[in-house]
Amino acid sequence: MTTLAKSFQSNKTNLIPYLVAGYPSKQVTIDLIHLLSEEGVTAIELGVPFSDPVADGPIIQQAAEKALANGVTLADVFSIAQTVREQGNHIPLILFSYYNPLLSYGLNQVARDAAKAGFAGFIVPDLPFEESDELRNQLDQLNMDLVPLVAPTSKERVAKIASTAKGFVYCVSSLGTTGVRQSFASNLDAFLQQVRSNSPVPIAVGFGVSRASQVQELQKKADGVIVGSALVKQVMELEQGLCKKEEKQKSLEQIRVFVKGLLS
Amino acid sequence: MTKSNGRFGSFGGRFVPETLMNAVLELEKGFEAILDDPTFEIEMRDLLVNYSGRPTPLTFAKRLTEYAGGAEIYLKREDLNHTGAHKINNTIGQALLAKRMGKRKLIAETGAGQHGVASATIAALLGMECKVYMGEEDVRRQAQNVFRMELLGAEVISVTSGSRTLKDATNEAMRAWVAAVEDSFYLIGSAVGPHPYPQMVKYFQRVIGDEARAQMLERTGSLPTDVVACVGGGSNAIGMFTAFIDDQAVKIHGVEAAGKGLDTKEHAASLSIGRPGVLHGSYSYMLHDEHGQIIPAHSISAGLDYPGVGPEHAHLKEIGRVRYTAVTDEEAMEAVKQLCELEGIIPAIESAHALSEAIRLASNGSAAEKILVCLSGRGDKDMETIRAYFQGGI
Ligand SMILES: Cc1ncc(COP(=O)(O)O)c(C=O)c1O
Repeated sequence: MTTLAKSFQSNKTNLIPYLVAGYPSKQVTIDLIHLLSEEGVTAIELGVPFSDPVADGPIIQQAAEKALANGVTLADVFSIAQTVREQGNHIPLILFSYYNPLLSYGLNQVARDAAKAGFAGFIVPDLPFEESDELRNQLDQLNMDLVPLVAPTSKERVAKIASTAKGFVYCVSSLGTTGVRQSFASNLDAFLQQVRSNSPVPIAVGFGVSRASQVQELQKKADGVIVGSALVKQVMELEQGLCKKEEKQKSLEQIRVFVKGLLS
Repeated sequence: MTKSNGRFGSFGGRFVPETLMNAVLELEKGFEAILDDPTFEIEMRDLLVNYSGRPTPLTFAKRLTEYAGGAEIYLKREDLNHTGAHKINNTIGQALLAKRMGKRKLIAETGAGQHGVASATIAALLGMECKVYMGEEDVRRQAQNVFRMELLGAEVISVTSGSRTLKDATNEAMRAWVAAVEDSFYLIGSAVGPHPYPQMVKYFQRVIGDEARAQMLERTGSLPTDVVACVGGGSNAIGMFTAFIDDQAVKIHGVEAAGKGLDTKEHAASLSIGRPGVLHGSYSYMLHDEHGQIIPAHSISAGLDYPGVGPEHAHLKEIGRVRYTAVTDEEAMEAVKQLCELEGIIPAIESAHALSEAIRLASNGSAAEKILVCLSGRGDKDMETIRAYFQGGI
């Protein structure tokens, strides 16, 4: 069993938070990774900022734009992970990136550097199953998982995608981009059941999860719940404090309260 | 006809979120079905002929030829289509396909507004709903076309993300499609996007070259020596080139926008200056930095102001069948003026890029040579830009 799949067994929160790497700064991303680990999350997705994130809604778009304006690159994301490891934190990390930054870095090189930095897997939102062999082969050789996505529109595709999955299967809760949502796809239960019955690995659900009640509801139906935009929104609201030496600790504690709140 | 992996050599493919995959596969099936269905061809021909006014004429540009002083210049008059550009060929085809697939809501992106207007037009004709995504910067540059689309009953959504131009409008149209994929049809405006779009758009645009090839043979008794078209996403170009690809003696030239110059950062020359990568669903040449972040393009013509290009052009460049070159804002504007004054035709600034290269080729050519140019659109939409340019610049 891979690191990612195992993390679902030993973990009690089954929460997988998403951060935009380097937003609002590399140091704050490192602080947030430690904080989330202390709260017992299952794994953390580190989003590589991209200029044209077609799968993302306005919140993550904005955060990514700011990270890019600060000059954050894939190499910086690796150095963030490396620092976290050097500081003794072994939380499973997942590299969330659009395909083009990976291609530009070189698929072989990106796999090697990600492994060195201690990543357990990749999520690539614009790389469907049919185009994914090349990257998957690179990751396989280094024991990292290419976590596949399935959506409520996947229908007969679910079987082939889920049955070959490693790590976990990322189930998209609803149509549309990432963001904060009131409700999920009407056929969510049947969809999740279909994924589960085809998947040899845990299933996690994400896109639009923002409240404790949603987390609780989804934890009953899936092995893990992914929270992205809602957390990034918190970081955005506290951006100024997080970047000021004297206010940072207080702001981090506010984020801790938010994360605890999601789990209560 | 279609290859299931949708590759042109190593280019093309299907790089879209999983949420869209079934829609893209359904589209491929729908497209394959019309290829085998003569009733579709009849329906499409009817609109191309009786609604858009095809076949468009082939005009011998006598005074421009004399001015260039070498080869003869012939213009394929796509500017005389209904709505003023080649874009209508593609929207007629795609909207009829949408109807067959039971989708009554169209989503489109637009740069210059020509594709948006063509989409709004066909939506009105077929009684469909139409939402057009347009960058805020282009909404400003092409205010007339925004009004046109609204007059035709479409909703224009101004996009404020990123560089606020065509690339961002395309992102936003794709996001809207993801959210409404079950009842909406994404009517893409150029030979870009995930498979089967590049093949499908070529299929709907190849009428340009098919007609022009027959017209050249009929009028002059032989094929042109050179064929020239401007390349934004590459739809008018692929539509013109396809008929001539197998005529090995015919030299083919694709003209990108060099903006303020290829030695500056302000251009839109994905094929001349860019390198391969993945943007908007396919693997092709594009403008991006060493980290794979897309670099906003620049061109005085909104329709060429795009950092990517259709994957078949990447392939045609790679195998050397087509020569790709680039023309600056200044050179294109000079060609606008020449066509106005010598032929009484106001071209779209996009098309003027092709004209500029054609005039250059003609002046270096001999009287026995013939250059066929795709005049992809008329300049009505560009009045404001042209007026501002000549008041400020010359
Ligand atoms: C008149 C005209 N020509 C050319 C283009 C460029 O598009 P393409 O390269 O797809 O033909 C446009 C785009 O808006 C246009 O309006």
